[in-house]
Amino acid sequence: MKRSFYLIFSALAVFAMFMAVARTPKAVAQDAIDCGTEPITLRGYFETGFDLPFRLAEEFTKQYPNVTWDISQDQFANLINATPRLLSGDNPPDLIRLPTMVSFANQGLLKNLDEYAEAFGWNDWPVPQLNQNRVAEDGTRGSGSLYAMGLNYSLTGIFYNRDQAAQIGMTEPPTTLAEFEALLAAAKEAGLLPIMQWGSAQSGMGLAFPLQALMASVGSVDPINNWIFQKPGATIDTPENLVAAQHLADWISNGYFPEDINAIEYTDANARFSEGEGVFIFNGDWQNAAYDATMSGNVGFFVMPSAEEGGSPAAMSAPLTFGIAANAVNADCAAFFFNWVGTNEVARQIGVDVGGSNPGGPSGLPMPAVAEGSITNETLAAGSVIGEAGTSMDFIANATSAIFAQGWTPELQKMVGGRQDAAGLLQTVQAEYERQLSE
Amino acid sequence: MNSRRPPFAGGRWEHVVGWLFVIPALVMYGAFVLLPLLMSVQYSFVRWNGFGPMTWVGLDNYIRVLEDPDLLGTIFNSLRLVVFFSFIPVSLGLVIASIMHRTATGRYGALARTVLFLPQVIPLVAAGIIWGRLLSLPGLVNEILRAIGLDDVTRAWLGDFDWALPAVGFIGVWVLLGFCTVLLSTAMTKLDPSLFESARIDGASWFTEFIRITVPLLRNEIGVCLTVTVIAALAAFDIVYVSTAGGPGNSTAVPGIQIYILAFTEQRIGPASALAVMLTALVLIVILPFQRLNREA
Repeated sequence: MKRSFYLIFSALAVFAMFMAVARTPKAVAQDAIDCGTEPITLRGYFETGFDLPFRLAEEFTKQYPNVTWDISQDQFANLINATPRLLSGDNPPDLIRLPTMVSFANQGLLKNLDEYAEAFGWNDWPVPQLNQNRVAEDGTRGSGSLYAMGLNYSLTGIFYNRDQAAQIGMTEPPTTLAEFEALLAAAKEAGLLPIMQWGSAQSGMGLAFPLQALMASVGSVDPINNWIFQKPGATIDTPENLVAAQHLADWISNGYFPEDINAIEYTDANARFSEGEGVFIFNGDWQNAAYDATMSGNVGFFVMPSAEEGGSPAAMSAPLTFGIAANAVNADCAAFFFNWVGTNEVARQIGVDVGGSNPGGPSGLPMPAVAEGSITNETLAAGSVIGEAGTSMDFIANATSAIFAQGWTPELQKMVGGRQDAAGLLQTVQAEYERQLSE
Repeated sequence: MNSRRPPFAGGRWEHVVGWLFVIPALVMYGAFVLLPLLMSVQYSFVRWNGFGPMTWVGLDNYIRVLEDPDLLGTIFNSLRLVVFFSFIPVSLGLVIASIMHRTATGRYGALARTVLFLPQVIPLVAAGIIWGRLLSLPGLVNEILRAIGLDDVTRAWLGDFDWALPAVGFIGVWVLLGFCTVLLSTAMTKLDPSLFESARIDGASWFTEFIRITVPLLRNEIGVCLTVTVIAALAAFDIVYVSTAGGPGNSTAVPGIQIYILAFTEQRIGPASALAVMLTALVLIVILPFQRLNREA
């Protein structure tokens, strides 16, 4: 009897609490979403080799001493494989670096952040920041409910070795694709390696960067984003992309890339570029701090120019995506952390200094100061050009969780080995994409 | 009906104690080997993403594996690896062991065995990383080739479509040669020296001695070496994953790599388990003849 009394009592208590929450006006709800004052431990799962989240976590504890961290870390490739098990496990992380997010959102493993977005006013932040992390009810990305946030917003483009660029007569960044290709030819002519790039299966094929840049240079970014966002009927096998892939095939056969590209790992490509092997390298601003350190003052940056004279440049730009597990214990505190990262002055400064990328947040906030001479000045400036033009894209390697490992990497490696042509590349990847989506 | 007595009258207690000794190992074996094995078989008949609901799909997963040329290709790659992981180390190991048995006895023999066995002590992942460096275009292997004037053959061994699989196989030779040599040369020391003496009195050459005495008498050990190395080849994962991850363009992809990608990157536990079950069956089919070799000896 006693037992059933307790059951009824607690059921009533829960009901009463539920009613109280349901009735609470939104303004009050906002006050409630924070980390409280009681000691609290946030469980984090971060990516090895990227300092930013660790430094942000450190600063957060400095400002909110009741919050401590229990952080695990793993390599990106392992993260892809471990994420579903971590999210569905008994003790899921409060904050987790998400390599991809659509399938996890569709499987109900990620917390829906709409309530937080409403409470913190994230919906008023510049649109491109959040829409890459939105998933609609039909499972496509780009609109709908919010399932993740970016700790910053990275930009990719073309870094160049200033000394070598001067050697081939490049006084300012090219403004059309033709100009850029003339520079590549000039570099080859001068006995320099035109483009350093990585391409081993362990790192994932780095030719996906120039390929996507070419796609957006030759065509528009919308069909590419539709494909990445898994919109119905989207295809990567378009006439424009065929032209782009043909350009890449020509670059390969012209010897613009290192001959051993299929065996070069990401870290080796950057080390070799820093040592003067390669006039250009396609990479992202997450590498800024390293380039500043290894080739201080001798590195420049521009985004891929359009094939058309006067056309807008385009760039792959993706949030450093973090999510909250659907069953996370400290979801409110994690959401509060997201808001703090985008709005707190110190946090934004860390985002720029350590991450090298745009810290995002509300449009009214000033951009943190950047050290003079840092390559970050150039990437941030290029980022605002892309932002104004609205020509940013997510990464074609992130369209599905396995499209990189099973599609782009092997097929681009075959292209290097002379075993795949431009048309076959797009057809095979499209078939693999459709197969994976049908699973 | 109490007429039947326990088989060991008075030995019942010993029987219980015997089981008590066996049970811990049996429980571990059951929990970490038999149960996962049975679960893999179960998963191979379902459609499952690793945590959601399971749907029974019958033989669909097997049909998918058999219809996918990329997945089937991995099995052919692993059969090619058998040459490097198994046949070369075992035959080379026999020759080396036999030469050591005849010439390098005592301290030098022990030293040679230790050096050959060293790769066994190094974790396979570390071996894969080190060989990845050595075999890269700016690596030591190509530097040596350039130094002796063979500039034309230098290449990124692990990034070349024709050479990546032999290069991975070469790493396997390096790892497994020591194991085979040490096992075979230990077995040779147990052979009756008078056999070799009488052969030598009859004027037998090293080669005759090797073919007529050494190899036939070592059938058991050769069977063990073949079994262990063939399994290492067919079930290869670590060396391949670290040195090439299956690249370039799937040319070194083995079933182990595809099972890993299917199960964890694609979250398709069903086809991954089906491929794993097929791999297990393949290993058994290939291994069974060697077991017969053992028994007949």
